[in-house]
Amino acid sequence: MGEKIAEKDMVRLDELLADLGSQRGTLIPILQKSQEIFGYLPREVLVRISEKTGSPLSRIYGVVTFYSQFHLKPRGRNIVRSCQGTACHVRGAKGILSELKKELGLEGEEATTKDLGFTLETVACIGCCGLAPVIMVNDETHGRLVPDSVKGILDQYR
Amino acid sequence: MSSVNETTVKVTIDGQEISVPRSYTILQAARLVGLNIPHLCYHPELAREGNCRVCLVEVEGGRSLVASCVYPVNEGMKVHTNSPIVRETRKTVVELMLANHPEDCLFCVKNQHCELQEIAADLGIRRVRFHGEKRVAEKDENNPSIVRDPQKCILCTRCVRACSERQGLDIFSSVNRGFNSIVEPAFGLGLDEVACSYCGQCTTVCPTAALTEKDDTQILWDALADPDKFVVVQTAPSVRIGLGEEFGMKSGGIVTGKMVAALRRLGFDRVFDTDFAADLTIMEEGHELLHRIKTGGVMPMMTSCSPGWINFVETVHPDMIPHLSTAKSPQGMFGATVKTYFAEKAGIDPAKIVSVSVMPCTAKKWEAKRPQLCDSGYRDVDIVITTREFARMIKQTGADFMNLSEEDFDNPMGVSSGAGQIFGATGGVMEAALRTAYEAYTGKTLENLDFIGVRGLAGIKEASVDMGDGVVLKVAVAHTLRNAEKLIEKIKAGTADYHFIEIMACPGGCLGGGGQPYPTDTEIRQARMDAIYNADAHMKYRKSHENPAIIELYDTWMGKPLGERAHHLLHTHFKAWEGRLK
Repeated sequence: MGEKIAEKDMVRLDELLADLGSQRGTLIPILQKSQEIFGYLPREVLVRISEKTGSPLSRIYGVVTFYSQFHLKPRGRNIVRSCQGTACHVRGAKGILSELKKELGLEGEEATTKDLGFTLETVACIGCCGLAPVIMVNDETHGRLVPDSVKGILDQYR
Repeated sequence: MSSVNETTVKVTIDGQEISVPRSYTILQAARLVGLNIPHLCYHPELAREGNCRVCLVEVEGGRSLVASCVYPVNEGMKVHTNSPIVRETRKTVVELMLANHPEDCLFCVKNQHCELQEIAADLGIRRVRFHGEKRVAEKDENNPSIVRDPQKCILCTRCVRACSERQGLDIFSSVNRGFNSIVEPAFGLGLDEVACSYCGQCTTVCPTAALTEKDDTQILWDALADPDKFVVVQTAPSVRIGLGEEFGMKSGGIVTGKMVAALRRLGFDRVFDTDFAADLTIMEEGHELLHRIKTGGVMPMMTSCSPGWINFVETVHPDMIPHLSTAKSPQGMFGATVKTYFAEKAGIDPAKIVSVSVMPCTAKKWEAKRPQLCDSGYRDVDIVITTREFARMIKQTGADFMNLSEEDFDNPMGVSSGAGQIFGATGGVMEAALRTAYEAYTGKTLENLDFIGVRGLAGIKEASVDMGDGVVLKVAVAHTLRNAEKLIEKIKAGTADYHFIEIMACPGGCLGGGGQPYPTDTEIRQARMDAIYNADAHMKYRKSHENPAIIELYDTWMGKPLGERAHHLLHTHFKAWEGRLK
């Protein structure tokens, strides 16, 4: 997605594949480690994994799209998770989410800002319903939100 | 009841006790008591997945219903396939499938050939109980051979398994999950963007219309209706042995005469035979083989008549291209000859000729569009329809196919030998080539025409032919691309000492092609194969070089095999197919 893949990262991928590529049952660890290297799983990386492991590309693609932990598009430097669980929903999570989208300039199905500053996701429950409505930015939780609090929170990460 | 045999177990299905092999599933065992448990994802020739849940049955003492296609039998098991809970559940499973399926059966290309439709009818589903969002996904119609319509997909994954297990190509996979699940190629690419061979085996196993041949019947009707066009047709060897199945005939029936009659009813100006062109292929390919042997050319030489195989080589193994015979396929040779030799002989402007072929094959549609195939100065083959499309056209005319009087092909391109006929079976091209190559090489008459060693449905066959003077010709035959891959590995490893290899992309050869009538399985392929060899045995001419129409063609017009004119019209070149994702 416009991101140039660094040659040194491909070297790291090849080292990883030399280490794990010929072992059975290692596809998911390979994908996880590859995602650590690149931040997401670019098409070229999946093609390389397919070539070196002998796993068909279609099957790898099937695995990648099955698990929500894998990403085919570049991710932002900050991950914003907006909780849509029952408690958050009741206390206005929809409004928080639309404010997040507006503030980040995301349209439609877009999840990541053009400058790769933020990726916005929804989650079913974060596990702190007492703070509803709640969002997480990276590892930090922000609760008892109203739409007006969104900008100030995001600014801390800009 | 304690005499448990090692290899069989006693099970009771709907009150009927039966002994069955221990390795059987409930679904297999039920067949023996005359029960065909409805199923969709299960296919007798593919790995079992048990994902569609249509074949659910009740096992006494079990916690829940089980999928009979994967559930093994065991001693004393009591199964109910028709209890209220089974009937209710099975119906609900199918209703849920229908809830996410277009309701356009009347207009669907698979109408009356659809397994989902059949099961819905059998189960007596009269209304749609569940209404909700349906999958929205675009049709892939970007290639000349296969149409993929994900809206009709029921996620049974038969195509995933057929492509993987038969062809080793793994074009399809289950992608995403939950409501967003879809079966598609990597990255949702079109079949033209991935390493698809266009063989169409996926279309032969798809229970619905999610994968079908590209329908070219309307452009053919238009051509037939155009008074300024002279429409000629060729029919491949396997069409006449599959077509009858579309009209209720048992597999293995051969309907050559009725087929010719039906083609005339459709309005073709000339009805010719691809078998003639198959003889021509043998003349060129056989002499090319001898030429390579004499001059130390690239060995082993590999056949080039299966377009699925050619697509596979050009996409996946372009380094094997020098091994391919440069001879065009029979379809290609026919096209180039009909717009030159025939046009000249019959005094028809080749610009007015529409060259049509009826093929058992979806990949032939793509082959006809290859930029290389215009050596006549025109597009050598204009329209390709499969056996299935041909049957649909016959039905549209209202012709009572089974009661048509038999008719003969037109001359001169309707005369053929048994060697041309057996092109339809795996091993047939090899046998046909050996009949001619042997006599051309030795100058002696071949005593026994039947090369039994290259016949049959074994995946890979090997044979050697003593050509005299200490020369032994070593040959191999493979069908399906998975088996082809094995031979390629051998060649690359330097352990293959063959002179000549025949490859057909489809199981059984063209008789099991991707454009043949539904359904196809091993038994049906065997019946079709028997019909082919039976036809060969009863032919007046059984060697390509003895076909009088072929002799006349070379004597009066074409010159010699591999000669200048033949080189120009009957040979082609192949090149790496770049830019497809593998």
